[in-house]
Amino acid sequence: MSYVIDFIQQPWPWYVAGPLIAFVMFALYYFGNTFGMSSNFRNVCSMLGGGRSCDLFDFDWREQTWNLMFTVGAILGGFIAYNFLTPDTAVGISPATIADLEAYGMVEPGKNFVPSEIFSFEELLSWKGLIFIVFGGFLVGFGTRYAGGCTSGHAISGMSNLQPASLLAVVGFFIGGLLMTHFILPHLLML
Amino acid sequence: MKYLKYIALGVLFGVTLTKAEIISWYRIYEMFMFQSFHMYGVIGSAVVLGVGVNQYIKRTRMKSISGEIIHIPNKPFSIPRYLIGGTLFGLGWALTGACPGPMFILLGNGVWVISIAILSGLAGTYFYGLVRHKLPH
Repeated sequence: MSYVIDFIQQPWPWYVAGPLIAFVMFALYYFGNTFGMSSNFRNVCSMLGGGRSCDLFDFDWREQTWNLMFTVGAILGGFIAYNFLTPDTAVGISPATIADLEAYGMVEPGKNFVPSEIFSFEELLSWKGLIFIVFGGFLVGFGTRYAGGCTSGHAISGMSNLQPASLLAVVGFFIGGLLMTHFILPHLLML
Repeated sequence: MKYLKYIALGVLFGVTLTKAEIISWYRIYEMFMFQSFHMYGVIGSAVVLGVGVNQYIKRTRMKSISGEIIHIPNKPFSIPRYLIGGTLFGLGWALTGACPGPMFILLGNGVWVISIAILSGLAGTYFYGLVRHKLPH
Protein backbone atom coordinates (compact mmCIF):
# COMPACT_ATOMS: atom_id res chain seq x y z
CA MET A 1 0.00 0.00 0.00
CA SER A 2 2.76 2.43 0.89
CA TYR A 3 4.34 1.54 -2.46
CA VAL A 4 1.17 2.67 -4.22
CA ILE A 5 1.08 5.93 -2.27
CA ASP A 6 4.75 6.55 -3.01
CA PHE A 7 4.12 5.98 -6.70
CA ILE A 8 1.13 8.33 -6.82
CA GLN A 9 3.05 11.07 -5.02
CA GLN A 10 5.88 11.05 -7.56
CA PRO A 11 5.47 12.91 -10.83
CA TRP A 12 3.76 10.57 -13.30
CA PRO A 13 5.69 9.58 -16.43
CA TRP A 14 4.25 10.09 -19.92
CA TYR A 15 3.40 6.41 -20.32
CA VAL A 16 1.02 6.65 -17.37
CA ALA A 17 -0.55 10.00 -18.33
CA GLY A 18 -1.07 9.28 -22.06
CA PRO A 19 -3.04 6.05 -21.55
CA LEU A 20 -5.15 7.67 -18.80
CA ILE A 21 -6.06 10.51 -21.17
CA ALA A 22 -7.01 7.93 -23.82
CA PHE A 23 -9.17 6.23 -21.18
CA VAL A 24 -10.94 9.51 -20.38
CA MET A 25 -11.72 9.93 -24.10
CA PHE A 26 -12.99 6.34 -24.30
CA ALA A 27 -15.19 6.77 -21.21
CA LEU A 28 -16.72 9.97 -22.64
CA TYR A 29 -17.55 8.10 -25.87
CA TYR A 30 -19.05 5.29 -23.81
CA PHE A 31 -21.23 7.82 -21.98
CA GLY A 32 -22.43 9.06 -25.38
CA ASN A 33 -20.38 12.29 -25.44
CA THR A 34 -17.11 13.55 -26.89
CA PHE A 35 -13.84 14.85 -25.43
CA GLY A 36 -13.36 18.60 -25.97
CA MET A 37 -12.46 21.14 -23.30
CA SER A 38 -12.66 24.34 -25.34
CA SER A 39 -16.36 23.76 -26.03
CA ASN A 40 -16.83 24.94 -22.47
CA PHE A 41 -15.73 28.45 -23.42
CA ARG A 42 -18.62 28.49 -25.88
CA ASN A 43 -20.95 26.92 -23.31
CA VAL A 44 -20.15 29.60 -20.73
CA CYS A 45 -20.64 32.35 -23.36
CA SER A 46 -24.08 30.87 -24.02
CA MET A 47 -24.80 30.52 -20.30
CA LEU A 48 -24.00 34.21 -19.77
CA GLY A 49 -26.59 35.17 -22.40
CA GLY A 50 -24.27 35.52 -25.42
CA GLY A 51 -26.99 34.00 -27.61
CA ARG A 52 -28.93 37.27 -27.50
CA SER A 53 -26.21 39.17 -29.34
CA CYS A 54 -24.49 36.41 -31.34
CA ASP A 55 -25.90 33.37 -33.14
CA LEU A 56 -22.88 31.16 -32.30
CA PHE A 57 -24.04 31.11 -28.68
CA ASP A 58 -27.74 30.75 -29.44
CA PHE A 59 -28.18 27.13 -28.31
CA ASP A 60 -29.41 25.35 -25.22
CA TRP A 61 -26.30 25.16 -23.06
CA ARG A 62 -28.16 22.91 -20.60
CA GLU A 63 -27.56 20.04 -23.02
CA GLN A 64 -23.84 20.62 -22.41
CA THR A 65 -24.16 20.40 -18.62
CA TRP A 66 -22.23 17.12 -18.71
CA ASN A 67 -19.18 18.94 -20.13
CA LEU A 68 -19.44 21.74 -17.58
CA MET A 69 -19.62 19.06 -14.85
CA PHE A 70 -16.52 17.39 -16.35
CA THR A 71 -14.79 20.78 -16.04
CA VAL A 72 -15.89 21.14 -12.41
CA GLY A 73 -14.39 17.70 -11.84
CA ALA A 74 -11.13 18.75 -13.54
CA ILE A 75 -10.83 21.78 -11.22
CA LEU A 76 -11.54 19.50 -8.26
CA GLY A 77 -8.95 17.01 -9.56
CA GLY A 78 -6.37 19.79 -9.68
CA PHE A 79 -7.25 20.72 -6.10
CA ILE A 80 -6.98 17.11 -4.87
CA ALA A 81 -3.70 16.45 -6.69
CA TYR A 82 -2.13 19.68 -5.46
CA ASN A 83 -3.23 19.41 -1.85
CA PHE A 84 -3.02 15.68 -1.17
CA LEU A 85 -0.91 13.94 -3.82
CA THR A 86 1.98 16.32 -4.52
CA PRO A 87 4.43 16.76 -1.64
CA ASP A 88 6.95 18.45 -3.98
CA THR A 89 5.66 20.85 -6.63
CA ALA A 90 8.96 21.11 -8.51
CA VAL A 91 8.62 20.35 -12.23
CA GLY A 92 11.14 17.90 -13.69
CA ILE A 93 12.10 19.98 -16.73
CA SER A 94 15.35 19.33 -18.57
CA PRO A 95 18.63 21.04 -17.59
CA ALA A 96 18.69 22.70 -21.04
CA THR A 97 15.31 24.33 -20.37
CA ILE A 98 16.45 25.52 -16.94
CA ALA A 99 19.63 27.00 -18.42
CA ASP A 100 17.68 28.77 -21.20
CA LEU A 101 15.23 30.36 -18.79
CA GLU A 102 17.92 31.36 -16.30
CA ALA A 103 19.60 33.20 -19.16
CA TYR A 104 16.40 35.28 -19.43
CA GLY A 105 16.72 36.14 -15.77
CA MET A 106 14.19 33.68 -14.35
CA VAL A 107 14.87 32.66 -10.77
CA GLU A 108 14.69 28.91 -10.08
CA PRO A 109 12.79 27.84 -13.23
CA GLY A 110 10.63 24.78 -12.55
CA LYS A 111 10.30 25.42 -8.81
CA ASN A 112 6.50 25.58 -9.24
CA PHE A 113 4.08 24.85 -12.09
CA VAL A 114 4.15 28.42 -13.42
CA PRO A 115 6.87 31.10 -13.31
CA SER A 116 6.08 33.68 -10.63
CA GLU A 117 7.80 36.32 -12.83
CA ILE A 118 4.77 36.13 -15.17
CA PHE A 119 1.83 34.60 -13.33
CA SER A 120 0.93 36.94 -10.48
CA PHE A 121 -1.74 39.59 -10.03
CA GLU A 122 0.95 42.27 -9.67
CA GLU A 123 2.38 41.38 -13.09
CA LEU A 124 -1.07 41.88 -14.64
CA LEU A 125 -0.39 45.61 -14.39
CA SER A 126 2.79 45.26 -16.47
CA TRP A 127 3.26 44.66 -20.20
CA LYS A 128 4.57 41.19 -19.41
CA GLY A 129 1.48 40.10 -17.50
CA LEU A 130 -0.87 41.72 -20.00
CA ILE A 131 0.75 39.99 -22.98
CA PHE A 132 1.27 36.53 -21.45
CA ILE A 133 -1.99 36.25 -19.52
CA VAL A 134 -4.58 38.59 -21.07
CA PHE A 135 -3.49 38.56 -24.72
CA GLY A 136 -2.39 34.89 -24.56
CA GLY A 137 -5.73 33.86 -23.09
CA PHE A 138 -7.58 35.82 -25.78
CA LEU A 139 -5.62 34.08 -28.57
CA VAL A 140 -6.33 30.67 -27.03
CA GLY A 141 -10.06 31.41 -26.83
CA PHE A 142 -10.27 32.95 -30.31
CA GLY A 143 -7.99 30.42 -32.02
CA THR A 144 -9.59 27.34 -30.52
CA ARG A 145 -13.09 28.33 -31.67
CA TYR A 146 -11.81 29.36 -35.11
CA ALA A 147 -10.04 25.99 -35.45
CA GLY A 148 -13.04 24.15 -33.98
CA GLY A 149 -11.15 22.53 -31.12
CA CYS A 150 -8.11 22.54 -28.86
CA THR A 151 -5.59 19.96 -27.72
CA SER A 152 -8.26 17.56 -26.44
CA GLY A 153 -10.60 17.92 -29.42
CA HIS A 154 -8.03 17.93 -32.22
CA ALA A 155 -4.66 16.60 -30.98
CA ILE A 156 -6.16 13.72 -28.98
CA SER A 157 -9.71 12.99 -30.24
CA GLY A 158 -9.37 14.12 -33.86
CA MET A 159 -5.97 12.54 -34.52
CA SER A 160 -7.13 9.31 -32.84
CA ASN A 161 -10.01 9.34 -35.33
CA LEU A 162 -7.51 9.91 -38.18
CA GLN A 163 -9.12 13.20 -39.20
CA PRO A 164 -7.06 15.22 -41.73
CA ALA A 165 -8.70 18.41 -40.38
CA SER A 166 -7.32 17.70 -36.90
CA LEU A 167 -3.85 16.91 -38.22
CA LEU A 168 -3.88 20.28 -40.00
CA ALA A 169 -5.07 22.01 -36.80
CA VAL A 170 -2.20 20.42 -34.86
CA VAL A 171 0.25 21.55 -37.57
CA GLY A 172 -1.19 25.04 -36.98
CA PHE A 173 -0.77 24.67 -33.18
CA PHE A 174 2.92 23.95 -33.78
CA ILE A 175 3.44 26.71 -36.36
CA GLY A 176 2.07 29.19 -33.81
CA GLY A 177 3.80 27.65 -30.80
CA LEU A 178 7.19 27.40 -32.51
CA LEU A 179 6.99 30.96 -33.90
CA MET A 180 6.11 32.28 -30.47
CA THR A 181 8.64 30.25 -28.48
CA HIS A 182 11.62 30.67 -30.82
CA PHE A 183 11.16 34.18 -32.22
CA ILE A 184 8.85 36.22 -29.98
CA LEU A 185 9.29 34.86 -26.43
CA PRO A 186 13.03 35.75 -26.34
CA HIS A 187 11.97 39.41 -26.55
CA LEU A 188 8.93 39.13 -24.28
CA LEU A 189 10.85 37.31 -21.53
CA MET A 190 13.28 40.24 -21.37
CA LEU A 191 10.47 42.75 -20.70
CA MET B 1 -27.15 11.82 -9.83
CA LYS B 2 -26.50 11.41 -13.55
CA TYR B 3 -23.68 13.95 -13.62
CA LEU B 4 -21.59 12.25 -10.94
CA LYS B 5 -19.76 10.10 -13.50
CA TYR B 6 -18.68 13.23 -15.40
CA ILE B 7 -17.37 14.84 -12.24
CA ALA B 8 -15.47 11.63 -11.40
CA LEU B 9 -13.98 11.49 -14.90
CA GLY B 10 -13.05 15.17 -14.65
CA VAL B 11 -11.28 14.47 -11.34
CA LEU B 12 -9.25 11.71 -13.01
CA PHE B 13 -8.38 14.12 -15.84
CA GLY B 14 -7.41 16.92 -13.43
CA VAL B 15 -5.29 14.63 -11.24
CA THR B 16 -3.55 13.12 -14.29
CA LEU B 17 -2.66 16.46 -15.90
CA THR B 18 -1.41 17.81 -12.57
CA LYS B 19 0.64 14.74 -11.64
CA ALA B 20 2.23 14.50 -15.10
CA GLU B 21 3.03 18.25 -14.97
CA ILE B 22 1.13 18.85 -18.23
CA ILE B 23 -0.41 21.99 -16.70
CA SER B 24 3.03 23.53 -16.22
CA TRP B 25 4.04 26.55 -18.34
CA TYR B 26 7.59 25.14 -18.27
CA ARG B 27 6.52 21.85 -19.88
CA ILE B 28 4.94 23.68 -22.82
CA TYR B 29 8.02 25.88 -23.27
CA GLU B 30 10.21 22.77 -23.12
CA MET B 31 8.00 21.00 -25.68
CA PHE B 32 8.24 23.83 -28.21
CA MET B 33 12.02 23.98 -27.61
CA PHE B 34 12.25 20.19 -28.30
CA GLN B 35 14.19 19.81 -25.04
CA SER B 36 12.25 16.84 -23.64
CA PHE B 37 10.26 13.87 -24.89
CA HIS B 38 7.73 14.16 -22.04
CA MET B 39 4.88 16.04 -23.77
CA TYR B 40 5.38 14.16 -27.04
CA GLY B 41 5.19 10.92 -25.08
CA VAL B 42 1.96 11.99 -23.37
CA ILE B 43 0.18 13.10 -26.56
CA GLY B 44 1.75 10.36 -28.71
CA SER B 45 0.81 7.48 -26.39
CA ALA B 46 -2.71 8.90 -25.95
CA VAL B 47 -3.14 9.07 -29.74
CA VAL B 48 -1.68 5.60 -30.44
CA LEU B 49 -4.01 4.06 -27.85
CA GLY B 50 -6.79 6.37 -29.03
CA VAL B 51 -6.54 5.02 -32.58
CA GLY B 52 -7.08 1.56 -31.12
CA VAL B 53 -10.05 2.80 -29.08
CA ASN B 54 -11.64 4.40 -32.17
CA GLN B 55 -11.11 1.30 -34.31
CA TYR B 56 -12.51 -0.98 -31.61
CA ILE B 57 -15.62 1.18 -31.13
CA LYS B 58 -16.27 1.35 -34.86
CA ARG B 59 -15.53 -2.28 -35.78
CA THR B 60 -17.54 -3.82 -32.94
CA ARG B 61 -20.30 -1.21 -33.39
CA MET B 62 -20.00 -0.75 -29.66
CA LYS B 63 -23.01 0.55 -27.77
CA SER B 64 -22.96 3.45 -25.34
CA ILE B 65 -24.22 3.27 -21.76
CA SER B 66 -27.71 4.19 -23.01
CA GLY B 67 -27.70 1.36 -25.56
CA GLU B 68 -27.18 3.37 -28.74
CA ILE B 69 -24.39 2.62 -31.21
CA ILE B 70 -21.56 5.05 -30.48
CA HIS B 71 -21.21 7.64 -33.22
CA ILE B 72 -17.83 9.39 -33.47
CA PRO B 73 -18.30 12.59 -35.47
CA ASN B 74 -16.03 13.43 -38.41
CA LYS B 75 -14.61 16.93 -38.89
CA PRO B 76 -15.31 18.41 -42.33
CA PHE B 77 -12.01 19.29 -44.01
CA SER B 78 -11.00 22.74 -45.19
CA ILE B 79 -7.68 24.54 -45.08
CA PRO B 80 -7.98 28.15 -43.79
CA ARG B 81 -10.02 27.42 -40.71
CA TYR B 82 -7.65 24.83 -39.25
CA LEU B 83 -4.42 26.42 -40.41
CA ILE B 84 -5.15 30.02 -39.36
CA GLY B 85 -7.22 29.16 -36.29
CA GLY B 86 -4.68 26.54 -35.23
CA THR B 87 -1.77 28.95 -35.64
CA LEU B 88 -3.50 31.64 -33.55
CA PHE B 89 -4.23 29.01 -30.89
CA GLY B 90 -0.57 27.92 -30.94
CA LEU B 91 0.65 31.49 -30.47
CA GLY B 92 -1.59 31.80 -27.42
CA TRP B 93 -0.73 28.34 -26.07
CA ALA B 94 3.01 29.19 -26.01
CA LEU B 95 2.23 32.42 -24.10
CA THR B 96 -0.13 31.09 -21.42
CA GLY B 97 1.59 27.70 -21.30
CA ALA B 98 -1.88 26.27 -20.90
CA CYS B 99 -4.60 25.16 -23.29
CA PRO B 100 -8.23 25.33 -22.07
CA GLY B 101 -8.19 22.10 -19.97
CA PRO B 102 -5.04 22.97 -18.01
CA MET B 103 -6.32 26.53 -17.44
CA PHE B 104 -9.20 25.13 -15.39
CA ILE B 105 -6.98 22.56 -13.65
CA LEU B 106 -4.52 25.32 -12.66
CA LEU B 107 -7.41 27.03 -10.88
CA GLY B 108 -7.77 23.92 -8.73
CA ASN B 109 -4.04 24.13 -8.08
CA GLY B 110 -4.55 27.56 -6.57
CA VAL B 111 -3.01 29.55 -9.44
CA TRP B 112 -5.76 32.17 -9.18
CA VAL B 113 -4.32 34.57 -11.73
CA ILE B 114 -5.13 32.04 -14.47
CA SER B 115 -8.78 33.05 -13.96
CA ILE B 116 -7.86 36.22 -15.91
CA ALA B 117 -6.61 34.06 -18.81
CA ILE B 118 -9.89 32.11 -18.66
CA LEU B 119 -11.89 35.36 -18.81
CA SER B 120 -9.76 36.49 -21.76
CA GLY B 121 -10.34 33.12 -23.39
CA LEU B 122 -14.10 33.62 -23.00
CA ALA B 123 -13.74 37.09 -24.53
CA GLY B 124 -11.71 35.61 -27.41
CA THR B 125 -14.34 32.95 -28.07
CA TYR B 126 -17.10 35.60 -27.94
CA PHE B 127 -15.15 37.85 -30.30
CA TYR B 128 -14.78 34.94 -32.74
CA GLY B 129 -18.56 34.54 -32.59
CA LEU B 130 -18.99 38.19 -33.56
CA VAL B 131 -16.56 38.23 -36.50
CA ARG B 132 -16.68 34.66 -37.77
CA HIS B 133 -18.80 35.45 -40.84
CA LYS B 134 -16.06 37.77 -42.08
CA LEU B 135 -13.28 35.17 -41.66
CA PRO B 136 -12.16 32.58 -44.22
CA HIS B 137 -13.17 29.04 -43.27
